[in-house]
Amino acid sequence: MIETRIEPPKPLVTITVDGVEMTAPQGATILETCRDADIAVPTLCYLDTLEAFNACRACLVEVEGSRTLVPSCSREVTEGLVVETESERVVAARKMVYELLASSVDLSLVDGETAMFMERYDVDVDRFGTADRPVRAVKVEDDLYIRDYDKCIMCFRCVAACGPDAQNTFAIDVAGRGLKATIATEFDIVLPDSACVYCGNCIGVCPSGALMFKTEFDMRASGDWRPEDQTVSRTVCSFCGVGCNLELHVQDNRIVTVTSPMDHDVTSGHLCIKGRFGWSHVQPDDQ
Amino acid sequence: MYAVDPRRTESAEWADVWLGIDVGSDVALSNTIAREIIHAGLTNDAFIAHSTSGYDAYAASVEDWTLERGEEVTGVPAETIRQLAHDYATAETAQLCWTLGITEHHTGTDNVISLINLALLTGHVGRYGSGLVPIRGQNNVQGGGDMGALPNKLPGFQDVTNDEHRGKFEAAWGVDVPSEPGWHVTEMFDAMERGDIKAMYVIGENPAQSEADTTRAIDLLDGLDFLVVQDIFLTKTAALADVVLPAAAGWAESDGTVTSSERRVQLMHKALDPPGEAKDDIEILCLLANEMGHNWDIPNSEQVWDELRSLSPMHAGMSYARLEEHGGLQWPCPDEDHPGTLFLHGWLWEDPMPREPAPFIAVEWAPPVDPLSEDFPVRLTTGRRLDGYNTGVQSGGYRSPLATGAVIDIDPLDGHRLGVTDGDTVRVVSRRGAIDVTARLRDGLRPGLAFMAIHWPDDGDVNTLTLDAWDPKSGTAEFKATAVRIETLVGVG
Amino acid sequence: MSRWDGGLDRSSADDRVAYGGFHKAASQRHLLLPALHAVQDAIGWVSHGAINYISERLTLGPAEAYGVATFYDLIATDEQPARVAHVCDDIACKAAGVDVMLDDLERELGPPRTDLDGVMWRPSPCLGQCDKGSAAFVQVAGGDHRVAAPASAKQIIEILRSPKPRDHVVAPTPRQVGAPTSLLARVGSQPTLDEYRADGGYEALTTALSKGSAWVVEQVVASGIKGRGGAAFPAGIKWKSVAAHDGTKYVVCNADESEPGTFKDRVLLENDPYLIIEALTIAGLAVGAERGYLYIRDEYPIALRAITEALSSVRAEGLLGEDILSSGRTFEIETRRGAGAYICGEETALFNSVEGYRPEPRQKPPFPTDAGLFGRPTLVNNVETLANIPGIIRKGGAAFATIGTDDSTGSKLFCVSGNVSEPGVFEVPFGATVRDLISLAGGPTSDIAAVLIGGAAGAFILPQDLDLALTFEATRERGIGLGSGVVIVFDSSVDFVEIVNRIAEFFGDESCGLCIPCRVGTVRQAESLVRLSSSNGDRTVELEILDELDRVLRDGSVCGLGQAASVAVQSALALGLIGDPA
Repeated sequence: MIETRIEPPKPLVTITVDGVEMTAPQGATILETCRDADIAVPTLCYLDTLEAFNACRACLVEVEGSRTLVPSCSREVTEGLVVETESERVVAARKMVYELLASSVDLSLVDGETAMFMERYDVDVDRFGTADRPVRAVKVEDDLYIRDYDKCIMCFRCVAACGPDAQNTFAIDVAGRGLKATIATEFDIVLPDSACVYCGNCIGVCPSGALMFKTEFDMRASGDWRPEDQTVSRTVCSFCGVGCNLELHVQDNRIVTVTSPMDHDVTSGHLCIKGRFGWSHVQPDDQ
Repeated sequence: MYAVDPRRTESAEWADVWLGIDVGSDVALSNTIAREIIHAGLTNDAFIAHSTSGYDAYAASVEDWTLERGEEVTGVPAETIRQLAHDYATAETAQLCWTLGITEHHTGTDNVISLINLALLTGHVGRYGSGLVPIRGQNNVQGGGDMGALPNKLPGFQDVTNDEHRGKFEAAWGVDVPSEPGWHVTEMFDAMERGDIKAMYVIGENPAQSEADTTRAIDLLDGLDFLVVQDIFLTKTAALADVVLPAAAGWAESDGTVTSSERRVQLMHKALDPPGEAKDDIEILCLLANEMGHNWDIPNSEQVWDELRSLSPMHAGMSYARLEEHGGLQWPCPDEDHPGTLFLHGWLWEDPMPREPAPFIAVEWAPPVDPLSEDFPVRLTTGRRLDGYNTGVQSGGYRSPLATGAVIDIDPLDGHRLGVTDGDTVRVVSRRGAIDVTARLRDGLRPGLAFMAIHWPDDGDVNTLTLDAWDPKSGTAEFKATAVRIETLVGVG
Repeated sequence: MSRWDGGLDRSSADDRVAYGGFHKAASQRHLLLPALHAVQDAIGWVSHGAINYISERLTLGPAEAYGVATFYDLIATDEQPARVAHVCDDIACKAAGVDVMLDDLERELGPPRTDLDGVMWRPSPCLGQCDKGSAAFVQVAGGDHRVAAPASAKQIIEILRSPKPRDHVVAPTPRQVGAPTSLLARVGSQPTLDEYRADGGYEALTTALSKGSAWVVEQVVASGIKGRGGAAFPAGIKWKSVAAHDGTKYVVCNADESEPGTFKDRVLLENDPYLIIEALTIAGLAVGAERGYLYIRDEYPIALRAITEALSSVRAEGLLGEDILSSGRTFEIETRRGAGAYICGEETALFNSVEGYRPEPRQKPPFPTDAGLFGRPTLVNNVETLANIPGIIRKGGAAFATIGTDDSTGSKLFCVSGNVSEPGVFEVPFGATVRDLISLAGGPTSDIAAVLIGGAAGAFILPQDLDLALTFEATRERGIGLGSGVVIVFDSSVDFVEIVNRIAEFFGDESCGLCIPCRVGTVRQAESLVRLSSSNGDRTVELEILDELDRVLRDGSVCGLGQAASVAVQSALALGLIGDPA
């Protein structure tokens, strides 16, 4: 963060976004360029710390000369690119993406940014009424976290975080195909029997509440979950010398969940089982 | 990536090549690699000439370590050692990372030196992507040393024997600082045995379970005239104490800094109020001092830190505000405009050299102190598991699905020979003691090699078995190499 | 784990040294699908133990192997009978009246996907036997898979039940009468290598080697040939682009012919395997690749056998491998079997399939010519496109360009099926009309109600438009893709609601699930169509939904599958074939 390998600055290219000319370094994506310019572009599957999946299509924008809309998260800027981020075509596509998603999964705990865009695009979550959707029971298989695939929007972030982009454990992957596809261990065996090492990095990247600390799940079930009463303090994990930063979410002088800041370059938001879950020694009645 | 480890751990599985050396043959491996690099003409001669000293004597010292001898001592095929030597020497960048498998030996310091020699031989140090990386096991092992929690150092690695350094602290503190180095923990136990130590104040450590040969450690602690333990738990050590001072958990219940393996000082913020009468370490120490007639008041952590900054040049530029802003800074950071130091040994590449060149130090291999024999034919090595931590006082509580409890991992072939199946209880006997634990047959070992984690001393204290032979240079005991035999317990469940 | 480095032959050396890690895992991953096939072929399904074993040997997570296995229709991860018949119920066979046979089958064997005394049947998307009017592909564990086309219920049951089922029972593809064909010249003769060479075979490769790569690429550019797989991209541009890159490159023959109504590539592969192999060799040497992959759908075992045998013959003759024809050049071809997934016809999904990943498409750019198979520059051509290459080399690109029209050079194979007297594959110079093709196929069997051009991803036309010239430009002008050359004729007895619903269902079944528009949109489209055709649907609401789905599918899907999933539906609506107020 202070010193990094010095590389020659990337040449700048000029592009036009929503009628405004701007420059961006070669290799930057349209999304990065928009965000630098404070132009709001919704995303579901994209996360800075993971490779782009091109799955959700919420970040589609219109690029002059392109037959189809273009995912801004992965398309790199090129000289002279002309982009519209909220043309009629773009809004129609995004609205439909959200409506289709809402017809297939439970979006009740989706992140705030998504909720904001759904309102902005006047999304009718009941548009498809009693459409066919896979119904999936909550998986409670241990005391650390639960998996509620009824809320899974198939953003693939957890698969990447479990796999090549963070943990390299590969305990989960997408299984099946089409609307029946789901995130699963091999043969859908329970997590404790799988390769899972309980780093919880999948929870850290889940945008829709499908993966959740057991503490939060239980507190929600009993009506004790009060995010408005929670404080967040940043500290350093005590269990080894890597220096992972922890954000302790505290309610009523008790840690309820632990996250790690994505923008901290020690581990970019990723932790191991001890940092993520090993806090109960300061809350002895948890044991 | 090469992994060198007696066991083929999960990390080793991610290596392109794993070398399953014999426990305690580290110097032999390093010296063999060194000789091969030298004989293959792969040394970085320009770097050696510019940045190092003592090369000729070092080169002579490794001359006997032919690949064949290396194979004989380490157990790893000569060809694989050759391959490692060549790949390390010819890599554009290369790092040597290690943990306690290198240091918890009676030759721990020599083991580290032998690795440093390799980096000097090839110039893999002080550059982006190259270096020597000891990976710390706690969030503040580095910080503890930085703060002077070493027998011979004051904060900022300033020497107690150096009058100028010591004088600065004496002036600031208004007291005399002893000019003789003190004892490290292993020496303290010897001093207790001699009767030279009669009272002890233990802060945040559980020697009754973490020392090698715990039977002896407990006897000695028990025999003290006066024992004070300051901890967040009533540990086994605290249970022996005359006075227990309940402390706040540093990482969640107090403010302060810790320093990671990469010398990065980072801030911690209090998230929880400590339970009951527990107090922050600073508060406890200051209250004690005030009781003893000083007037220390009770400073906050930032005030303490600022005093440190005024005395330790390498920390001088790290204000709380800057640590907050940058998400931590790496020392040395001598002033508030300094960005911190990414490469500690970048100076090796400067021309002219700002300091004396880095010396090669010849080290010779010595086998583990606890020899294998007919009675004790199995090499037991110890370590951690992913979800555990030290003696388990912090990690024993959460409901980890990975928790194994106290088990001994043995090779399936050994299991077969002994008639032990997965889940059987076995008796593990060393020259110092015996424990009964559950056996697990695991891949990744080999016949004659067994492993136990250190996290469940209450269920099977592996340190009953380990010996307290220690490295005279570092004071670290040889936890990693114990000779044991494994007995089946017929009729015992 | 270290134990696997020596497999069953673990020695004490394995206790001291092991090779593994990311690089090894990456280098072995491409073996995953072949390994899954091996188990599936041997015992008829891939068990938990098999997945674990394969994963350990290939250094990958069992969840990854499971994720890949569960993608494919022809890999079973639940125990199933040793013999499973996949029986086509797709549109061409439907038009030809296959439903009667399916009813027979269900009466005899019970409902689909149920185990009846150790055998099972299930409906299948198009098996590429559309000219036969009915077809079955039978997975036979421990033996060779069988094809029956046309297939009767009796035949299928015999294959399922007989201790030693007969070999494939497939009616021969009739040779096109009276046309000066070149691509189909050897159909029916199935030449040996010697016969192929006596017939001018491998002259093109000799010419290519003597004139050099640049010349070859020039000829392909000059020929103006556009890709015959559906996308109609100028092949010369791809060849040139790949040839311009340095380093490792690949060529791929896309023989995953899965577009419903398409069977031309099968006919070429089964009858003229040397032609395709010669062409792929020319392509590989021209663009500077040393390795080519021929990715063939698993439902084509006859073609696979022909190709496999032909490959061993050409290797023996020095026409493939090292130092080809003493040129000092090296080129090798590996065949890869699909496993029942339409998406694998999409080139980037095909790459992922070969590489051992779930065959989800990749976002373009980058294009395959820059970063394709294994991340390297890759030339992908369809079987039919390649089949033209030896001719282009022999006669020159300019000569090829004189055939057909300015924008559609050369000739084209069309797959004519449905309600015609003599369905089959026909070669015509570009410019021929739909009517010409129907008459080549013996004319309609009764009054034509509509013709589907381009397959499930194509569009319908009405009888008054039969004079439409089947060129890239004329069809594009009409907003219809020429696709892979499908012409399915439907007479007035056909229930278009059923046909269109089958098409919509097909896309729902075949969507990989990566992007939301396609994963959910294809299913919602099919549901909306059902509501539209039933009495309880609100026509205005459904038409609006279908229209918006059409937009988001075309605008927002990652790949061609989703982008084309609403085309046939929309054309059927526009032409009033479905959706008229009852």
